Amino acid sequence: MSTAIRFVRRGISGFVLRRVLLGLLTLLLVSVIVFAATQALPSDPARAILGRTATPESLAALRKQLNLTGSIPGQYAHWLKGFVTGDFGNSLAARGEPVTQVLGKRLENSAFLVLIAGEVSIPLSILLGVLAARRRDGPFDHTSSLLMLALAALPEFVVGIALVVLFGTTVFHWLPAVSLIPPEDTPFQHLKALILPVATLVLAVSPYIARIMRASMVEVLESDFVEMARLKGMPERHVLWRHAVPNAVAPAIQVIALNLAYLAGGIVVVEFVFGYPGIGSALVDAVANRDLPVVQALAILIAGVYVALNLMADVATILVSPRLRTSLR
Amino acid sequence: MSVLEVENLRIEIEGTGIDIVDEISFHIEAGEVLGLVGESGSGKTTVGLSLLGHQRRGAKIVAGQVRVDGKDILERSPAQLRALRGGTVSYVPQDPSAALNPALRIGRQLEEVLAAHRFGSSHEERLREMLEEVLLPTERSFLRRYPHQLSGGQQQRVGLAMAFACRPRVIVLDEPTTGLDVTTQAHVLATVRMLCRAHGVAALYVSHDLAVVAALADRVAVMYAGRIVEIGRERDLFLASAHPYARRLVEAIPEISGEHELVGIPGTAPRPGHRPTGCFFAPRCDYAVDICREQFPPRERVAERREVRCHRWQEVLAEAVHDRPLAAVRTNGASADALISIRNLQAAHGERPVLFDIDLDVAPRQCVALVGESGSGKTTLARCIAGLHRNFTGELALRGIPLRPGARNRSRDTRRDIQYVFQSPYSSLNPRKTIGQIIGQPLRLFFDLPRRDQHARIVHALERVQLTSSVVDRYPHELSGGERQRVAIARALVSEPALLVCDEVTSALDVSVQAAIVDLIAELQREMELGLLFVTHNLALIRTIAQEVAVMSAGRIVEHGPVDRVLDQPEAEYTKRLLADTPSLESALAIAE
Repeated sequence: MSTAIRFVRRGISGFVLRRVLLGLLTLLLVSVIVFAATQALPSDPARAILGRTATPESLAALRKQLNLTGSIPGQYAHWLKGFVTGDFGNSLAARGEPVTQVLGKRLENSAFLVLIAGEVSIPLSILLGVLAARRRDGPFDHTSSLLMLALAALPEFVVGIALVVLFGTTVFHWLPAVSLIPPEDTPFQHLKALILPVATLVLAVSPYIARIMRASMVEVLESDFVEMARLKGMPERHVLWRHAVPNAVAPAIQVIALNLAYLAGGIVVVEFVFGYPGIGSALVDAVANRDLPVVQALAILIAGVYVALNLMADVATILVSPRLRTSLR
Repeated sequence: MSVLEVENLRIEIEGTGIDIVDEISFHIEAGEVLGLVGESGSGKTTVGLSLLGHQRRGAKIVAGQVRVDGKDILERSPAQLRALRGGTVSYVPQDPSAALNPALRIGRQLEEVLAAHRFGSSHEERLREMLEEVLLPTERSFLRRYPHQLSGGQQQRVGLAMAFACRPRVIVLDEPTTGLDVTTQAHVLATVRMLCRAHGVAALYVSHDLAVVAALADRVAVMYAGRIVEIGRERDLFLASAHPYARRLVEAIPEISGEHELVGIPGTAPRPGHRPTGCFFAPRCDYAVDICREQFPPRERVAERREVRCHRWQEVLAEAVHDRPLAAVRTNGASADALISIRNLQAAHGERPVLFDIDLDVAPRQCVALVGESGSGKTTLARCIAGLHRNFTGELALRGIPLRPGARNRSRDTRRDIQYVFQSPYSSLNPRKTIGQIIGQPLRLFFDLPRRDQHARIVHALERVQLTSSVVDRYPHELSGGERQRVAIARALVSEPALLVCDEVTSALDVSVQAAIVDLIAELQREMELGLLFVTHNLALIRTIAQEVAVMSAGRIVEHGPVDRVLDQPEAEYTKRLLADTPSLESALAIAE
């Protein structure tokens, strides 16, 4: 593996290129697993889709449509070729529309949800972590630690339902309990409907980021260079944000990436709870309808998000650490 | 009026009422350097930091005054303290590689001091001046570097530039040259001296290295267990100290001339909360009488600007400088057949070559010292011999039988024959194992002994390094640094090796402990007829222990011969420079005269 990519030049762009190649390799492996799990297993997907009562003719027609005839490697090659060229096949459930068309809109909706959740939770949890570390063992630190632990322990569907009960249905009636967005609208037009799902996602990921940020800040605040900055007469705010935080975010970046990647998968449950028309609910529907092409496309897509986020995290870590950055030159 | 006056300072462990330091009083004039010496844990850094109104987590200043130009800084508000720190009073840290922010460029870190204290109008011009003062390159590209792109010496110069940035009145230097090579250290010290004199700064130089303090300080304060036990002019203190502890400390300094034996101080200093009534040094003191055990000695004036805390200082002073035992004549009982012989050895770290054409012999019962600065390759050579570094070519033989690279490829007996003691006893002992288990491991590995015999051997090994058998069930963290290094030596010796490799074994230890450890190794070497390879950067240490010395520089042995010859008539340029740069009491006092 390393010999194959050694020719790539050095430097940050070389590093990114190498990691992109490795990421593609990972995706290739994922595609094998997805293909094996959905299509190549001994059971007959066509029968699984159509049920026991299907006629032999309809089974044969579906097999042909799904490319289930021919050798397994041949099927895989055909399937992979479709993927690479952007042809994900046609959905079985949605009147035979192409998968890209079925998912396109939902992908936008989900991406919007995840981005807002990320934009709220990342600064918020970094701030919480920094404040807790600054007044370590103080009342704020203890309270926030307790709260974070409790939130981390709750599954997001519980948090989601609790929020719905609190703000949507039983206690207050401030916000819509479901986030139905008509297919012709964008999420922008229904911001109010987004509040509860975003809040659920933020509550689901913030505790982890805040805790790692606190831990790494505590360590950095004990370091010699922070003491030195104080002994140089730097204002405390400057010490905290200019000297300590840049050194503390590196470990947090990895956790942020893992959590964002987790959001891409964890969104399934949240979208389902709120009936939000994103890829999560699409996946749930597709599995229920045995819509094989959609399931395959979504599995690869989510894997792709994981790979991309991890890559971005590694690059970001290098960019915030001069020692790593300069060693790449 | 002195620039800095400290009066009756008391610092406690927060919330316990237990003092870390107490009754600290001293003053420093403009342009004067006061050396504050003491062993680790004596509270010297705590005192140093209090001059900036700062305390580490868990410590609190509870009483006393720190006056700068007559005004007490301990009464200042946080905002006033910030204005003081880095402006009027500045600090040079112990470890510059840790004290510079790894995420910020050097220029930023230097400039922010000027900005925070609104010093001068043109920062750019002042930055250039600052860099010039500490002999750093003044190019713009240098300011754009990150700390890890500088050498250790350059990092410490940046620390100095930062400290002198706003022309402070007082500067606290906290062991600023520990971890630097002697050559770099000599340059940094010269810079410090020059800057303090030129700008009339009152400097407190905190150090455990008396030789360095002797070279730099005008006056010296000696701390023991949180108290200043003696303060006075540097010459008086080093030539005829009035406090027994100060005397013992001076005797523990290795000297290049090697006339006198190194004498360690037995026992350890009591920690806060465990200090006896009466004089804290009484349990370790030869002069102690009843009153010393009952009453804490008051501060007494010996002479103009010289004070001591000892009930019996007059007796101590009346005695001539301790009749320091002359060094024993080192017999070179080495036989002709080499125990270990190295011919034409080349080694590399990865692709980078680090050792070139090394020829070296160690005979049985002989001690060879391997001396050089960090990066000279001395540790790599030691590791090749011990089988810890495999990437080498050339001949390496034990009793004429070739040794293979890598300990794993060697026979059990060969591994038993070569034992290694590492630099830092803080990281070389497994923290999850008891001392008994640590020493027992090689026994199980190399000897098939019944349990009872094993235990007896462990106890014997501990006694040999002057530890009692009560430590068997203790864990490394319960022991002091010196005790841990003794355990590491016991672990090496329990396998009854033919060759012992000691890699900088004293550099992590205090002077008084260092003397005791060197003494112990020398004695054990004679007793057990060991071949000994003693790796060190401290030239002053080797006279007392080694018969031969090999001086290394940049991966080569540049000079090799009997210790006395090499130290008295060095031939290689490099050795001459190394000798000149090594700080020593003798040379410092000679200059002062």
